[in-house]
Amino acid sequence: MLKRNAVRNEKERMAPQPTGSMSKTVEERDHVVIRFAGDSGDGMQLTGDRFTNATAILGNDLATLPDFPAEIRAPAGTVHGVSAFQIQFASTDITTPGDHADVLVAMNPAALRADLDKVARGGTIIINEDSFTQRNLEKAGYASDPTTDGTLDGYQIYPVPMTSITVRAVESLGVGKKEAERSKNMFALGLVSWMYGRPVDVTLRWLEKKFGGKPEIYEANVASFNAGFNFGETTELFAHQIHVPAAPVIEGTYRNVAGSQALAWGLIAASVRSGVPLFYASYPITPASDLLHELSKHKNFGVVTIQAEDEIAAANMALGAAFTGHLGVTGTSGPGIDLKAETVGLAVITELPMIVVDVMRAGPSTGMPTKNEQGDLLHAMFGRHGESPIPIVAPSSPADCFSVAMEAARVAIRYRTPIILLSDSFLQNSSEPWLLPDVDALPTIDPMFARANGSEFLPYARDERLARPWAIPGTPGLEHRIGGLEREDRTGDISYEADNHERMTHIRREKVEGIAADIPPLEVDDPTGDAELLVLGWGSTAGTVRAAVQRVRGSGERVATAHLRWLNPMPANTGEIVTRYRQVLIPELNSGQLTMLIRARFLADAKTFSKVQGLPIWADELEDAIVRMLHG
Amino acid sequence: MAEENGDVGGIATLTKKDFTSDQEPRWCPGCGDYAILAAVQGFMPELGIEPHNTVFISGIGCSGRFTYYMDTYGFHGIHGRAPAIATGVATANPDLHVWVVTGDGDALSIGGNHLIHALRRNVNIKILMFNNQIYGLTKGQYSPTSEVGKVTKSTPFGSVDHPFNPVALALGAEATFVARTVDNDRKHLTDVLRQATEHPGSAFVEIYQNCNVFNDGAFDLIRDKQQGVHNQIRLVDGEPIVFDEGTRCVRVGENGRLEIATVAESDPSSIVTHDIHGRPSLAFALAHLSHGPTEPTCIGVFHEEDRPTYGEAVRSQLERAVERLGPGDLKALLHGGDTWTVG
Ligand code: SF4
Repeated sequence: MLKRNAVRNEKERMAPQPTGSMSKTVEERDHVVIRFAGDSGDGMQLTGDRFTNATAILGNDLATLPDFPAEIRAPAGTVHGVSAFQIQFASTDITTPGDHADVLVAMNPAALRADLDKVARGGTIIINEDSFTQRNLEKAGYASDPTTDGTLDGYQIYPVPMTSITVRAVESLGVGKKEAERSKNMFALGLVSWMYGRPVDVTLRWLEKKFGGKPEIYEANVASFNAGFNFGETTELFAHQIHVPAAPVIEGTYRNVAGSQALAWGLIAASVRSGVPLFYASYPITPASDLLHELSKHKNFGVVTIQAEDEIAAANMALGAAFTGHLGVTGTSGPGIDLKAETVGLAVITELPMIVVDVMRAGPSTGMPTKNEQGDLLHAMFGRHGESPIPIVAPSSPADCFSVAMEAARVAIRYRTPIILLSDSFLQNSSEPWLLPDVDALPTIDPMFARANGSEFLPYARDERLARPWAIPGTPGLEHRIGGLEREDRTGDISYEADNHERMTHIRREKVEGIAADIPPLEVDDPTGDAELLVLGWGSTAGTVRAAVQRVRGSGERVATAHLRWLNPMPANTGEIVTRYRQVLIPELNSGQLTMLIRARFLADAKTFSKVQGLPIWADELEDAIVRMLHG
Repeated sequence: MAEENGDVGGIATLTKKDFTSDQEPRWCPGCGDYAILAAVQGFMPELGIEPHNTVFISGIGCSGRFTYYMDTYGFHGIHGRAPAIATGVATANPDLHVWVVTGDGDALSIGGNHLIHALRRNVNIKILMFNNQIYGLTKGQYSPTSEVGKVTKSTPFGSVDHPFNPVALALGAEATFVARTVDNDRKHLTDVLRQATEHPGSAFVEIYQNCNVFNDGAFDLIRDKQQGVHNQIRLVDGEPIVFDEGTRCVRVGENGRLEIATVAESDPSSIVTHDIHGRPSLAFALAHLSHGPTEPTCIGVFHEEDRPTYGEAVRSQLERAVERLGPGDLKALLHGGDTWTVG
């Protein structure tokens, strides 16, 4: 206890002033993009995460993008082992993590090599010069030292001996050399925090929470952080601080949230607001595993989580739970969605509420598991044998995952249907500030479980929305059998009768199409009302679409934009809107899947802006595409 | 009102009729499945289990149709996945009586993974595996329990696949209850099923089932009244393992190996006494006395052990989470961590 108090006092004494140091000038900017890059073992995700939190609390709008290496333990110091974290923060509303970094913090030569092309021309590069040894340069594949051979001409380079200063700063604390070196990421965080006037207490509080039980480690981290902060403050190297004023935002309480958290909490919220217990079965797969991790923490909400033996089992467990009156959810990505397809078909014919979360990732087969793509839209639409229509909904931002998860649960339960929630790896890993909803005002969901009423029970009788009864085992008088064989209308008995199969096929389709009456119309943003071109987006490209359209409008162009949250069914007015404009451009992280649907459905002359590099669409490339289309 | 409806008459008056649906069974005439259905419908009322608390789950194959004939809750799933669906059902509501009806192709081929994982988790489900050593529904291909050399449409030159020994497989997956019985011995079948029902946890019951269309007579050595008398090794807990009208026995031979010998030639102390709650190694050795029903074969309960069921373990973990963290509070969840307020 005494020790802890001593630490706390020390911290207060050592804590530098958060902002506004008087010795240097302050330059104002409305937005900044910073990229932290280093070896996997350098703690760059943590550094980025902490910087994000301090930034969020300061009231900047922000968007982040973690960029993990594909290999878990790639050889240290190699380009394959580089882990990066990018954040854009601004005094205005921003929607993307930024196309190019204004500042790159490169902890080693490999990080510089991997990420130099992500730095804006003339941008700032802060390097840990201690790591630019002959050996590390070789490991990174540099034949000569890029800091001296002209590679970095045109950039502002700040070499800082981060490792040696850190080691010196923590010398007296009695931590080992390895631990001392490991805290150099806190030095980098301290330095960048000084540069952008980030609040110090947020980070120090977090360090105390995290390392409070290990006083030496805690003190080493605090000392490194302060050393970095003071380095910026006192050395001649940095002439001024940069100030990004807070963004004007709606009043309320905010937090920073990543998509995987928001999605998990949205499912929990749906469970709480429906009284239907949540049952999540999943098999570990990148990048969907975080959902399993997050939900598994919240068993006090009655959340059952099972790590199944395989993807197929996970889907079937969720479906079995749905049959038993739970909100059955299974989550996956890439190859996993293929494996679940047969079970989704079973959910279609048994008409049970089940949510399938597909966190899309790049490529066919194993592809590029850590990279992003929107390649599963047509799979979600059509990737089952027979005619098996299913609603599809996609979130547009990390925080939006919360309401989309609730919405998916509402529709699945109300219509007794499986539903695919198409998220992607960008949404899952990125974060943004989230205006916390009023919990008591969240929509409630009535599961409308069937009860015996004395008359004959018809498991395939339907209500006005074509939904069948959800009659769960344990309910007296409603014993019935369901399964994958075609059912007779109303009775649910097995039927091979020709007319019945056609009727059931139509009913299943009409039920899903009918959801269009239950979702908001497509909203068009067309400020002048006379735009020539509509940019139609879906999923995680929403932020880029907004940013690009704003820029184009800034140069006087008349462009409309709309975002499809529901991919199936599409809002009732979609056809009217996509045929209203002379030109329609659909940016997609695939080869044109939504474009194909829009063209086929509405005979609209939509064109694709396609990108399949595993990377986000950058606002500037989309801006170019819009301008080309308008004037090309 | 609804509850009253369901409880009319109470448990005591349940009869076979209460478990019989209005669907007419559609197996081939003479199929062993009829006898199993009759046995199950017949003994369920005796157990005092109500139809509305009972769920039958099946996969694909002739056995898959079983669910439609039981007037309980039922889920006819997809090929091989019944144990996974059943895991969802039994975990979501551990108070239900959950049965899986499957076959040798469904359980051991396409669904092998789910079977072994359900068993090792000890999900509270009763798995009835109808073993007919053939694919019936797809009209006669060899199955993972067909003997080497089996000539079928897909193996005109004979199968070269080594078959599974289902009981040994279940024991290997550390199932907590493993038994074998035959379709045409109503008393033995009912007796084994009753013990399976009373067992808390996964129960795996292999039922030798005659497919009289595609693999007739596969089990005659065991099933047939005359031959069975000589070749059924009936396992009875606590009793010496003696069969063939008391003339032959299972004894401990050289190097601890179990072997079949005549009683007359055996030292009484070498005759094995069955112990269903003993080490699984005994059960494993008994399972390997024969490989397939072409030689004297054990029937009855091989092994039973106590282990917490999966559903109960999951439920108690949820309860402990509430004790530790308090009941879930959505507002606290969303507002946890660093927040900031504007305005
Ligand atoms: S094919 Fe064989 S197992 Fe299937 S119903 Fe006919 S007799 Fe029974």
